[in-house]
Amino acid sequence: MLTISGALHAKILAHARADHPDEACGVIAGPAGQDRPERFIPMVNAERSPTFYRFDSMEQLRVWREMDDRDEEPVVVYHSHTATEAYPSRTDIAYASEPGAHYVLVSTREPDEAEFRSFRIADGAVTEEEIRVVADGPAE
Amino acid sequence: MAIEIRIPTILRTYTGGAKSVEGSGATLADLLDDVESRHGGLQARLVDDAGLRRFVNVYLNDEDVRFLGGLSAPVKDGDTVTVLPAVAGGMR
Repeated sequence: MLTISGALHAKILAHARADHPDEACGVIAGPAGQDRPERFIPMVNAERSPTFYRFDSMEQLRVWREMDDRDEEPVVVYHSHTATEAYPSRTDIAYASEPGAHYVLVSTREPDEAEFRSFRIADGAVTEEEIRVVADGPAE
Repeated sequence: MAIEIRIPTILRTYTGGAKSVEGSGATLADLLDDVESRHGGLQARLVDDAGLRRFVNVYLNDEDVRFLGGLSAPVKDGDTVTVLPAVAGGMR
């Protein structure tokens, strides 16, 4: 199950809407081993594409080092689909490389209706999980 | 002195769980050959017949090695090589 604050949930949706019709992507870092998303980090989609995303390699290095220095890990890896459902595509599954992360997918295909779903992707297998949106704590 | 290679979580099965390993060589290709001799299987996750795999990022110190000549990038003692799987996907 993904437990996420209402504020972070809203930030992901806002980023997805802002970048539409391109796919938006980013991570939420949290303290290592605690499964608690806390620090919102929107990333540049280096592909600037409506059908593909890839973190910019230099930005990724900087962000991953920063997480390392702060003893954090990528708790959530999110991206949007702009014309299809919020479900991992074959491409998403093929490139998923953080087996410990919650993969959040948002669909912006409907202008006034948000799809927000969360998955585990490990060894080519996709498992959807429940999402619990909680009141914003002091950490946020 | 040696060259440090930082390994991402998903590839630590090849390093006995170690976050980093050491090796030596004059180029990135040499270094990966050297590391492969102690951590079998790692090289194939980073390199294919065409060179560095497209969805693996390899950095030499603070630079993406793709901008430094890829596998032929020169390396030296004291350098740090960082491996990060690309975060990518999408509807396509």
